[in-house]
Amino acid sequence: MLELNQIHKIFNEGTPDEKIALTQMNLDLHQGDFMTVIGSNGAGKSTLMNIISGKLIPDIGRVIIDGKNVSNVKENKRARLIGRVFQDPMAGTAPAMTIEENLAIAYTRTRSRSLHIGVSKKRKAFFQEKLEMLHLGLENRLQAKVGLLSGGERQALSLLMATFTEPKILLLDEHTAALDPSRAELITNLTKEIVAKYQLTTLMVTHNMQQAIDLGNRLIMMDKGQIIFSADEKQKSQLTVEKLLHEFQQIRGEKMNSDRAILA
Amino acid sequence: MPSAIFGSIEAGAIYALMALGVYLSFRVLDFPDLTVDGSFVTGGAVAAVLIVGGTNPFLATILAFVAGFLAGSVTGLLHTKGKINPLLSGIIMMIALYSINLRIMGKSNIPLLSEETVITKLTDFWQGLGLDSALSFIGFVPKTWAILILMLILALFVKVIIDWFLKTDIGLAIRATGNNETMIRSFSANTDTLKILGLGLSNGLVALSGGLVAQYNGFSDVGMGIGMIVIGLASVIIGEAIFGAKTIFRATLAVIGGAILYRIIVTLALRVEFLETGDMKLITALIVVFALVLPKILEKQKERQRKKKRMLQAGME
Repeated sequence: MLELNQIHKIFNEGTPDEKIALTQMNLDLHQGDFMTVIGSNGAGKSTLMNIISGKLIPDIGRVIIDGKNVSNVKENKRARLIGRVFQDPMAGTAPAMTIEENLAIAYTRTRSRSLHIGVSKKRKAFFQEKLEMLHLGLENRLQAKVGLLSGGERQALSLLMATFTEPKILLLDEHTAALDPSRAELITNLTKEIVAKYQLTTLMVTHNMQQAIDLGNRLIMMDKGQIIFSADEKQKSQLTVEKLLHEFQQIRGEKMNSDRAILA
Repeated sequence: MPSAIFGSIEAGAIYALMALGVYLSFRVLDFPDLTVDGSFVTGGAVAAVLIVGGTNPFLATILAFVAGFLAGSVTGLLHTKGKINPLLSGIIMMIALYSINLRIMGKSNIPLLSEETVITKLTDFWQGLGLDSALSFIGFVPKTWAILILMLILALFVKVIIDWFLKTDIGLAIRATGNNETMIRSFSANTDTLKILGLGLSNGLVALSGGLVAQYNGFSDVGMGIGMIVIGLASVIIGEAIFGAKTIFRATLAVIGGAILYRIIVTLALRVEFLETGDMKLITALIVVFALVLPKILEKQKERQRKKKRMLQAGME
């Protein structure tokens, strides 16, 4: 479903600030795979997400989604295939617009926009049904401005908006990192539920090692722009946080720079 | 005095179209677009030249809208494709349009007093209906009610179209572009195209207003757009402050109200003996400053009173 081929990306090439963000990156996700990505700061996780979404164009290498080479497809066109949830709960929704208007925008992600009324009666019923999945009572607040919602509610809405049109690829970029523990747990559970329901092919970046182990069926660890460790379904089921840290130490011969990595 | 107020409401209804255009760029797209100073004149110039050349005045007015749309699109292109900062792209277009407007008109002023215009045609049509005598019970008898009523209807008609447009899929995407660009991009919208379209429509309305103002005043002048953006802002801000902007329906209505109110304020201000017509821009600037600063002062005062109350309550317990 998602294939990365020999991706290479350097920032500020030829200057003293030159930084190799990704090198020799290969990735192959099958339909329904849920892969978690961990790694220290500057490992290239965000670059990876941005290259898949089209925000960044790789220096060399190909991005293939659903059998199509999308390497040269612009970010906004590529977004028809990709659902994204950002780390910042404010980033995924339009605060001055109502819940139903935000959902209407998400609803038209996969089609071209016309002069069709955004929140039609038919769509409204559909939105209500989808909002019920969140168990937050938002289905009764369709006309509330999104700016009035709490961070957790906004992130739940962002998650729903990114997924209910069943994207080919779902990208989750530390989407629980900015929330308090109980809200983070809520979003984590919703993520599990929604991904399973729609069988979404998912890539999730996280700093929470326990979360990376608990969620999904595959796991990769990145460092200095490379995948240094990867676990398939079987290996992953036996992983613990200690084992992961040990693995890192063995491969790199140094302790993980874990200032932001949450151990358990 | 009543006739002066009457005149300012008439003019306000025509300028309301310009204010609605400014609302689209300034509020909806969050793009402070200075093109307005130029595109307003472009509208007047196109309409005047075409009318003098014998074109049907209604067609000429529609073409004024089209010319404004093109001007706004160029500003959008400068900003999105040329990556020029919003203010600067507007200023560049404003300056460029000054020369273009002179070229369109061929001279700096075109009189329209002896021409058949939208205004004269509408007045004739109205008088054919005989409605003025029907309205005589009000007691106040202006030259004609035609312009006031028909221009208010036009402004309300444009308002209804804007309300509808901003609720369509494209309209929602334009609003999201002004509200959260990262978000709307991740939902597959081309923000460049949306901005160009939004600025085009905004300046189209501004030029439409310019075309009608030229016909209303009886001339088109190359300098008639100076400070127009500030007048537009004043209308939007006054309207929102007084009539509220909770929903789009309210906000667009408020903008029309603001445009009319602005004209009335200026008319009243000019009656002060000390002030001259040339002071109008200064008055406008002061109105905008006032409208921007006053709500904040009021808010602070309320906060202070609230604090005092709380202090007192805490002290008593």
